[in-house]
Amino acid sequence: MKYALLSDIHSNLHALEACLAHAQTQGAERIAILGDLVSYGAFPAEVVARCQALQRAGAIVLRGNHEELIQTHSINTPNPNPSLGSQTAQWTHDQLSPAQRFWLEILPLTAQVDHMLLVHASADAPERWRYVEDERTASLSLDAACANPEVRYVFGGHVHNQSLYYRGTGRQLMAFNPTAGVAIPTPQHRQWIATIGSVGQPRDGNPRAMYAMFDSTTCKLTFHRVAYDHRAAARSVREAGLPEFFAQRLETGK
Amino acid sequence: MKRLAAGTELDGFRIGACLHAGGMAHIYEVRYADERTAPFEMVMKVPRMTAGDGAENIVGFEVEHQILQVLQGVHVPRFVAAGDLVNLPYLVMEHVQGQTLQQVMDAHVQQHTHVEVSDMARMGCAIARAAHSLHQQNTCHLDLKPANVLLHPDGHAVLLDFGLSCHAHYPDLLAEELRKAVGSPAWIAPEQVVGVRGDPRSDIFAIGVMLYELATGELPFGNPQTNGGMRQRLWMDPTPPRRLRGDLPEWFQEVVLRCLEPEAVKRYPSAAHLAFDLEHPEQVKVTKRGKQVLGTSFFTHLKRWLKAAGMHYQPSPLPSQQIDEVPIVMVAIPHNDPSDATLYSLRQSVSRSLGLRPGARLAVVTVISPNQSNTTESDKSETSLHRQYRTMLQQWAQPLNLNDHQTSYHVLESTDVANAIVRYAEGNNVSMIVMGAATRGLQMQRFVTTVPIKVAMEAPCTVILVKQSLPFERLLD
Repeated sequence: MKYALLSDIHSNLHALEACLAHAQTQGAERIAILGDLVSYGAFPAEVVARCQALQRAGAIVLRGNHEELIQTHSINTPNPNPSLGSQTAQWTHDQLSPAQRFWLEILPLTAQVDHMLLVHASADAPERWRYVEDERTASLSLDAACANPEVRYVFGGHVHNQSLYYRGTGRQLMAFNPTAGVAIPTPQHRQWIATIGSVGQPRDGNPRAMYAMFDSTTCKLTFHRVAYDHRAAARSVREAGLPEFFAQRLETGK
Repeated sequence: MKRLAAGTELDGFRIGACLHAGGMAHIYEVRYADERTAPFEMVMKVPRMTAGDGAENIVGFEVEHQILQVLQGVHVPRFVAAGDLVNLPYLVMEHVQGQTLQQVMDAHVQQHTHVEVSDMARMGCAIARAAHSLHQQNTCHLDLKPANVLLHPDGHAVLLDFGLSCHAHYPDLLAEELRKAVGSPAWIAPEQVVGVRGDPRSDIFAIGVMLYELATGELPFGNPQTNGGMRQRLWMDPTPPRRLRGDLPEWFQEVVLRCLEPEAVKRYPSAAHLAFDLEHPEQVKVTKRGKQVLGTSFFTHLKRWLKAAGMHYQPSPLPSQQIDEVPIVMVAIPHNDPSDATLYSLRQSVSRSLGLRPGARLAVVTVISPNQSNTTESDKSETSLHRQYRTMLQQWAQPLNLNDHQTSYHVLESTDVANAIVRYAEGNNVSMIVMGAATRGLQMQRFVTTVPIKVAMEAPCTVILVKQSLPFERLLD
């Protein structure tokens, strides 16, 4: 089965559609959205509607930290350390219908399918939104997930970059920086953890959208970068009256 | 897995004779079980262990399984099929004809004969080309040794056994945080000893060891059994080969010792550069390295030993990127009354191309028609006509600052200029051709295919067509 893994869409409909179209050309048979559908971008209602339709067609959709940030109770709770996301939380909240917000609120935190554990952040405590950003944090997530012997792969988002961690001949995990478009053999007798990057808000200096394909039959993982109309997405952010920074971020990918 | 009996069927293949029973794997002749004819002879490699056993030595098979499937070209056995690593690990690949370098060496030992210098150059060049083809595919072999090099009857080399190799697009399964030495002790490069995996120049070192062995019958650093023994090559120069075999030319020692430099930056920057020198011995610039017959002094070794004590692991960039940074640049110089502006513009363009790329190599070429010289094939490089043209090329290159760039001069004979240029570029792994655009020729293009256009269309690499620079022409007025 070929899975298209998409995460951190952040209300960027242009990027989501481009990645879904690309995944179709790659023969995707099932779609998994690993959280953070909303915030930052100009099309929260449209992205949520699209993901709801995908879910009805069999897609897995998980909850990320931004699905919580935009809820009424989060906005009304005074936050001593407001994050970047809280700048667009109220606006996003207002764009969504109560039914859409409720749907986001009750999305599951993890899903287990075909030897994979899917999660937005770290598998050791999904609700705490810990970053998987180096060998140590990757190890915490992987070890927790692999307590279940069925699980050989952990795929997540949250950190907005693409990396793969694996066990070499030593005990510690090793980090690997993947090349886009290369099908990497990830045989099942080993344990693997990957962050698949962000569809809607890349931050590595390259504005192309990120997602990954995993083929559970051949055990190959491919990271993709997809060019999309990021200028149009940025224009929409400006037209919606959202902070200029979020528009520039889409233009520069930083 | 136990040894398979001949006649057994495995995943659509009929097992034949067992060709090799090694410590790690068995190798069998195989055919298709359904009697289909294969386009070439095939062998199957079956590891003794399976991935399910969790054994360390299966990792090498897993690495080969990963890498052989994506390598292309005549310098590797063609991949046919692979079994599932856990349940049925095997690899089916082309059974390449030929002799291993080890067999060639053994034959000479048995007959008490020396390998001719020209034969060593030919074999070394073939091996370097094969290594370069691998590096272009982002792969470092990292276990080149005489048993893993097959010499095909048509002259090219085929590299075998990718169990310790490293493909930069895949996670390196043999890497670990402690960065242990992975390789065969006699041929392993100094940086591999400290755990660097993925530098193409490590393969150049191994080729150097093989050339040394081929020439002298001895291993330059012995066959150490301990990590301390392997670390010796981090600072030590081997005995100059000319001291062990007096008839070796200086250029040959220069080439071998350059491959064996302890620091990778002092070796050939790419295998294509090495192949180039082995193909054009008369153009090798011999330094002290090639001339010395006494060993390196104690103090030099002591200084290096101190430096080597601090040598540690550093990650390497992508192999293809590394070799792209040290291209072979070829410039085609017209010899029939070219205008000064043309020569000047070509020089400017070459200077710009080389300036960005320290370590790049320059080949200055001109093509003359065969009827200009009336000599036989064998001694044509020595005719006065050739000398005359070579001097012209040298004069052309004089104003260029070529300190950081190896430069050679070649006079080719052919009636078809474009074809000669393209063939030369193909044969020498040239990365970029610089030549005149022949402005009048561009207009002629409508009616006939001009030389620059033909080269641009057929060349295996980038072609820069240089137009005469206008400011210079105005200066003349």
